[in-house]
Amino acid sequence: MAKIIYVDNNATTQVAPEVVESMIPYLGEYYGNPSSIHAFGGDVGLKLKEARRELSDLIGADPEELVFTSCGTESDSTAIRSALKAQPDKRHIITTSVEHPAVKNLVEQLGKEGYRTTTVPVDSKGRLDLVYLYQNLSDDTAVVSVMWANNETGVIFPIEEIAGKVKEKGILFHTDAVQAVGKIPIDVHKLDIDMLSLSGHKLHAPKGVGVLYVKKGTTFSPFLMGGHQEHGRRAGTENVASIIALGKAARFTAAHMEEENTRVRQLRDKLENALLDKIPHSMVNGDPENRLPNTTSIAFEFVEGESILMLMDQHGICASSGSACTSGSLEPSHVLRAMNVPFTAAHGSIRFSLSVFNTEAEIDFIVEKLPPIIERLRKMSPFWEDAQLKDRMIT
Amino acid sequence: MWEYTDKVKEHFLNPRNVGIVDDADGVGEVGSLACGDALKLSIKLDENKLIKEAKFQTFGCASAIASSSALTEMVIGKTLEEARRITNENIAEYLGGLPKEKMHCSVMGRDALEKAIECYLGEEAKAVEGEIVCECFGVTDIQIERAVRENSLKSIEDVTDYVKAGGGCGNCHDKIQDIIDDIMGSEAAPRTKKKALTNLQKIRMIEEILESEIKPALEKDGGNIELVDVAGNKVTVRMRGACATCSRSQMTLNNYVETVLKDRVSHELVVEEV
Repeated sequence: MAKIIYVDNNATTQVAPEVVESMIPYLGEYYGNPSSIHAFGGDVGLKLKEARRELSDLIGADPEELVFTSCGTESDSTAIRSALKAQPDKRHIITTSVEHPAVKNLVEQLGKEGYRTTTVPVDSKGRLDLVYLYQNLSDDTAVVSVMWANNETGVIFPIEEIAGKVKEKGILFHTDAVQAVGKIPIDVHKLDIDMLSLSGHKLHAPKGVGVLYVKKGTTFSPFLMGGHQEHGRRAGTENVASIIALGKAARFTAAHMEEENTRVRQLRDKLENALLDKIPHSMVNGDPENRLPNTTSIAFEFVEGESILMLMDQHGICASSGSACTSGSLEPSHVLRAMNVPFTAAHGSIRFSLSVFNTEAEIDFIVEKLPPIIERLRKMSPFWEDAQLKDRMIT
Repeated sequence: MWEYTDKVKEHFLNPRNVGIVDDADGVGEVGSLACGDALKLSIKLDENKLIKEAKFQTFGCASAIASSSALTEMVIGKTLEEARRITNENIAEYLGGLPKEKMHCSVMGRDALEKAIECYLGEEAKAVEGEIVCECFGVTDIQIERAVRENSLKSIEDVTDYVKAGGGCGNCHDKIQDIIDDIMGSEAAPRTKKKALTNLQKIRMIEEILESEIKPALEKDGGNIELVDVAGNKVTVRMRGACATCSRSQMTLNNYVETVLKDRVSHELVVEEV
């Protein structure tokens, strides 16, 4: 197998070696239940407490404001359902057209259950129509859920401003920050955020652990009922090893935050510029001004994403696509469609998402390998000749 | 990650016959950029009216490219009559199977081939027949009916996998369901009638269909078939001529002979070779 060049970090990340190391003792030797009275279990409880503190430091929360969950999706579901349950007389939900399915599909379902839903559109660069959002805030609105950063394009929404406006009206505000935490600095106490979701495996912790931040004083209704774990906010014996790993990963990402926003950003820019330069009929999807430092979504016209991915895979390059064919659905990603990216481009959009583990040599390798792949597929495409003819007519 | 067969991967990585045939005798184009895949197939015949050259240009996923490549290999050396009998199922089988969600790639191949042949024969490219049911992908009721009948599709999801209809906004799901229900209903009705056949009637019908329909078709390929026995619903046959030595005779038996007999006599029939 060829060496893996992993640029699909918005899908999942490599568990950092020190994170793996930190969790192993709690899969083997220290198997106690943190709720036990005896010291063997109690010591595990202490370790969980430490992880909780490390994580709260990463996002500027108090440790007791965190609820450990099984994943980002559980955090999202818990937050939105809790907001509705806590205010049974309010029947309106606001979200955006580019949310992750964890929020999008839940809100659609709630719409079928009788809630009124408002979906805020985006422009062609993926920027939110804030005026529309604010116009739709009403006394009936139970919760506004807006992602911090988009998983496909990396576009960052102005959460500080939105949270403030929503708070002015006394409405609960939730943000799915799964893609933002660990990549950009976040300080929840400085903003009017009531609830925030994050996921472990997007920040170099293992899969199967997430967090819901619930601001002190927010009325909360648990999703899982049962034992008293997480102060009764999330029943079920804790996923001890993964929570400890997440604590370690929080420290890891905090320590690498600057590098993410300097070296990784430069690598991303280098990759993007080189590909745009070498490959005609290619363009960036999203808002280059407000974007995660690690993400670029590039559309290669007249070719199809799955074919690009499979040819890159031959070189060990792992990325992902907004094309229809990769997901099994027939239409390209709802994010690109919401942005009105033309079909010629949407089907051939590839997302590269980097991490601190990427090197310059890897970026050079992609820049070397990808242009011939696009060229090869274009030569096979029935639309390429016409496109070239048009080009010649223009020049 | 799709579970593609090695043959699909091999055809995708090393596609055969890419391009456009010079002075093509027939060209068939299907699909569009909006739909996410498109295929342009061009063919050229030799003096004996055999397909001498076939080339493709495809925009689409790995299985679309592999299906196109396979199609060109399958048609080269065939008469138009033979080529016309290639079904989407044949293309999928040639590749060792396609994921269910990707069957529309094989349908696209079949459609392009039909259009290329029509183009050669000078048959007016049929204006879109029927009524558009799926607005998102421009699929008509006739196309859906054909896919449902030919592939025994049972659900909206199946229809989407084969012809894409219903894969977009979903507004046409009720209409698709109606088409499926109509076809299943009309098939269910005669089926109950067919059950009333006596054994003797059944054998006579099988004999008749073999003689009048199946044999002539096989003879075109230099093959033949002989009825050996009918025991209950088990029909035993012997493949003769070219069919006896053809590695694909099992496919002919299952896909063609059995399908025809099931369709015309009884759905319960199983056809086996001696």
